[in-house]
Amino acid sequence: MSDLPNALALQRNALWERLGLASLIMPALLLIMVTMLLPVGWLFYLSVLSDSGAFSWEHYQRMWEHPSYGRTFATTFRVSLLTTGICILLAYPLAYFLSELPKRAANLCMVAVLLPLWTSLLVRTYAWLVLLQRRGLINNWGIELGLWDEPLTLVHNLAGTLIGMVHVMLPFLVLPLYASMRAIDRNYLRAAANLGASPLRSFWLVFFPLALPGLSAGVLIVFILCLGFYVTPAVLGGGKVIMVSSRIANDIEIFFNWGAASALGVVLLVLTALLILGTARLTRLGNIMPPGGRP
Amino acid sequence: MARNSSLPITIAQVTKTYGKVSALDHVDLHIKSGEFLTLLGPSGSGKTTLLTVLAGFTRPDGGSLKFGDAEMITVPPHKRDVGMVFQNYALFPHMTVAGNVAFPLKLRGVVGAESARRVERALEMVRLGGYGARGVDQLSGGQRQRVALARAIVFEPRIMLMDEPLSALDKQLREHMQIELRQLHEQLGMTTVYVTHDQREALTMSDRIAVINGGRIMQLDTPRAIYERPANRFVAEFIGESTFVPVTVAAGRLMLAGQPLQTAEPLPADGQRLLMLRPERLRVLAHSEDPGPGFNLLAATLAATVYQGDSSLLQVALPDGTRLQVRSASIGAAAPTEPGRALRLALAFQDTVLLPPDGAPA
Repeated sequence: MSDLPNALALQRNALWERLGLASLIMPALLLIMVTMLLPVGWLFYLSVLSDSGAFSWEHYQRMWEHPSYGRTFATTFRVSLLTTGICILLAYPLAYFLSELPKRAANLCMVAVLLPLWTSLLVRTYAWLVLLQRRGLINNWGIELGLWDEPLTLVHNLAGTLIGMVHVMLPFLVLPLYASMRAIDRNYLRAAANLGASPLRSFWLVFFPLALPGLSAGVLIVFILCLGFYVTPAVLGGGKVIMVSSRIANDIEIFFNWGAASALGVVLLVLTALLILGTARLTRLGNIMPPGGRP
Repeated sequence: MARNSSLPITIAQVTKTYGKVSALDHVDLHIKSGEFLTLLGPSGSGKTTLLTVLAGFTRPDGGSLKFGDAEMITVPPHKRDVGMVFQNYALFPHMTVAGNVAFPLKLRGVVGAESARRVERALEMVRLGGYGARGVDQLSGGQRQRVALARAIVFEPRIMLMDEPLSALDKQLREHMQIELRQLHEQLGMTTVYVTHDQREALTMSDRIAVINGGRIMQLDTPRAIYERPANRFVAEFIGESTFVPVTVAAGRLMLAGQPLQTAEPLPADGQRLLMLRPERLRVLAHSEDPGPGFNLLAATLAATVYQGDSSLLQVALPDGTRLQVRSASIGAAAPTEPGRALRLALAFQDTVLLPPDGAPA
């Protein structure tokens, strides 16, 4: 092999090419080191220190012993599940509609879908507060139109939290769903119809499986974002919907207990990671592109 | 697989316009039971639109479509019970080969061993026996084509539609599949409507060809009649090579460059006509050779020769300067090559074909 002319030089070239490629990820790798791994490591370190600074599992022990922590985690998962579920119900038909539009019209509509992402989260959340409160726009209109007599409690409870969170999360589901639906060759649906599938069966047997990678990607993104969500539940939940994030904030701002807060953070992180692994196993998330997307 | 009963198709007055563009213009067409009919035309001619009307994917503005005696024009695609092979095959990427072929059976309530048996038999018919467990993306283009075919025949439809099914294959495979498709059709006997823009494919495979242009059927006839007796210039130009020479029929005589010609068909009424000459039907006569009765003779001079392997294409000029093309086989006496040489050409009466003049209604 190596007695071929220029064999060594060619090998060297190949090596440089690989190194060049690898160097492209260095900035991102450094950034993740500094902004992710170090703080998370630090969190973990803090969570196993007692108040006196000695090594101890007391923060985890407390979480295990106090039922209120369990309730907080249950609330967090319930709110996240509900939000994700409502988002699916809203986003699926919307994404399907968009994927059927001509490209130009669809792009325009996508801008409308993404528009909320360009405004501050806090502004949007307080806007919902204005709309949903006892004497807010929605209650006034509802009563004036005679839809209901007494002002509904739409805020500072689960309903308000869900409304706000669904609003924030919707684009994150529509985006991957739309992309994966757009990539589905409509000839598959024609073929299904031709072979005898009613529209409903052709949707269930052909369209849904082909759009599944987009759906599972979007669901995962939304659910994970929900788990750690702070601003909207804190403002619209009004202290009645206590999620892990609120509890962490309380521990730090009110009790100055970094250890307890860190332990909460670590548990949430581990639960989330387990969840991703589980879902990835179930839906083969690696396969984000629908198989039909390839020519 | 038992020989299917097949159904005739009757299309009447089917019209479809997109904005101002007329994709189908009052199309009438009767396709006989068990017939292999090809819709042949250039892209944008309306041939594919007509096929998708048959399949139910395109909703026409009006007209009637009957399978047998049943009116189908308002029936949704999934209730039409026709097999179809798509241009890009449209095999479901999330199913195996067997899953794809079993799909129409599953929708008809055929499952389990019966389904497996019929799937395997359909795959054997397209010579893919044992491929059932493969993924669709593990197949070559030709194999995908066969799977699409197996999926379309497995539920024994009485009508089969094919939308340029061979256009994605390379030339050799395409010619091989043409023969196989034709054999399969003879075996199963279903009424088949085949769309192509490839004239040779149409001539090879069809019982009859409908040449389509501008949403209208320009001619409907057997391959031989379409080639030998095209109805108009469009058909003659689209199928095969030809030279067109404007001629005049006067006083019951047809003259070309001062030389009288006879035709097999009775001459049309006096007036302008277009003479169609197929290059391979003109023959260069050897010195003093007599072609015998039934041939027109034309004096000409050789202008140029182009060698094309199996044959040579000669450019010849008639005394009045009219240029013709003559195809001369490469075997036997070599084609003359020196420009300016005087030639005598023989043209059989039945190959002397007159068409309506340019600009006349088709």
